[in-house]
Amino acid sequence: MSKREDEGCHRKRKTEAGPKSEDCVNPNSAVIAAFKVFQQELDTKHDKYERLVKISRDITIESKRTIFLLHRVTSVPDVEEILNEADVKLDSVRQKIGQIAEELKGEDLHQFHRAFTPGIQEYVEAVSFHHFIKHRSLISLEEINARLVFMRENNKGEAEVAWTGPSVLTFHITPTDYLLGVADLTGELMRMCISSVGNGDIDTPFQLSGFLREIHDGFSYIGNTGPYEVSKKLHTLRQSLGKVEDACYTLRVRGSEIPKHMLADVFTSRAAAHLDPDDTMV
Amino acid sequence: MSVTEMFSYIQGFLSADQDIREDIRKVVQVLEQTAREILTVLQSVHQPSGFKDIPSKCLKARELFCTVRNHTGELKTKFPVEQYYRYHEHWRFVLQRLAFLAAFVVYLESESLVTREEVAQILAIEVDREKGFHLDVEDYLAGVLILASELSRLAVNSVTAGDYGRPLRISNFINELDSGFRLLNLKNDPLRKRYDGLKYDVKKIEEVVYDLSIRGLAKEQEAGGEK
Repeated sequence: MSKREDEGCHRKRKTEAGPKSEDCVNPNSAVIAAFKVFQQELDTKHDKYERLVKISRDITIESKRTIFLLHRVTSVPDVEEILNEADVKLDSVRQKIGQIAEELKGEDLHQFHRAFTPGIQEYVEAVSFHHFIKHRSLISLEEINARLVFMRENNKGEAEVAWTGPSVLTFHITPTDYLLGVADLTGELMRMCISSVGNGDIDTPFQLSGFLREIHDGFSYIGNTGPYEVSKKLHTLRQSLGKVEDACYTLRVRGSEIPKHMLADVFTSRAAAHLDPDDTMV
Repeated sequence: MSVTEMFSYIQGFLSADQDIREDIRKVVQVLEQTAREILTVLQSVHQPSGFKDIPSKCLKARELFCTVRNHTGELKTKFPVEQYYRYHEHWRFVLQRLAFLAAFVVYLESESLVTREEVAQILAIEVDREKGFHLDVEDYLAGVLILASELSRLAVNSVTAGDYGRPLRISNFINELDSGFRLLNLKNDPLRKRYDGLKYDVKKIEEVVYDLSIRGLAKEQEAGGEK
């Protein structure tokens, strides 16, 4: 409390000293006028940035939920239903990306990139996971971008400027964001592999390990030519791949000996045992 | 598209990106070199002998800015203009230095704050983002803040050199800058950090002015200019 008073006192003194300097600082001077313009420019920029951060957060949350939903496919008989539900969720995420595209209209994408890159990566993760479950293949950057084309409603545009016809907005995901999203995808695939074994699904782990290996090879091919974050994720990717490969190994060696309902227990204990030395090495 | 194809496509993108960055880095290196040369020329105003021929120093600096203009022209050709912010980090530092140097020259010549348009003109770049390679407002402001600390140094040295009038004028100038910056709502970013240093420059100059006024030196200068 006393500190605050102190501060107030200090401020007062400053304003008292103010008039003296104000004699020489004309409030209508060119410098002050220029700074008023800068103030406006900076405020506009910061506001836009904050709005983008908020949209990005929403995208992240919604994408995470979609991923959780998709993880249920291993334990539910009707896969199609879940995929459809996930698609609906992803559509709402796409709407939000449309908002980003609208904010970025006429702006440099890279100026505000930091504001929305987490959300976009999460979206790439969700949409590629969805695609993998459906088609067992990796979604390409073009396929993702192709769905990020938005029609801008006519009436909304008229309020600001007279638009002739609906304008098309597109959002392009940068290759780096795509790459980082795919790296996150591998973590999800690893989890899917573990849980599918828990449900007695013997084929999925082998499919997954093949797919993960392909992705791993791809990342090794890029190596350290990519941005810094990519090489960081490569390490986690190796761990995920290791776990999945171990899982497949266990299945092959002991799968025929053990009754199916006990397989999950054997597997999880083994995976856990393998986890520890891995972590201490890091 | 197979996984391998996808990754080799991205690899192609990444190496193209790196090539562009390398090109930019080369030009920026030359720009930094020229910026240092200009700084060396202008630094001599801190010498007692330098106070006498400030105009000639400014002329020399202006000549060197011609070289800068060539380099910025070259820099513009190295990347697609709409991707300015993608590579911004590479030239951000040097552009701030150049904005400072331009502001310093203009201050020494006319004792006024350089406008953003003037800086852009001196560096042969644009003010608006839409028109091409431009001067970001934050970079301009950062350059102005570097000027403030340089001027607080100049105030001290001008007293040493026997010029008692200059600190007062610098004080007015910095005060005006300070009230200008107080209008801005800065986020917690590098610009804000630099702005936090401005108060020390203000303080320093106020001390110089105080020292001069209690000894009656400032008034003397104002009255007749004889000492």
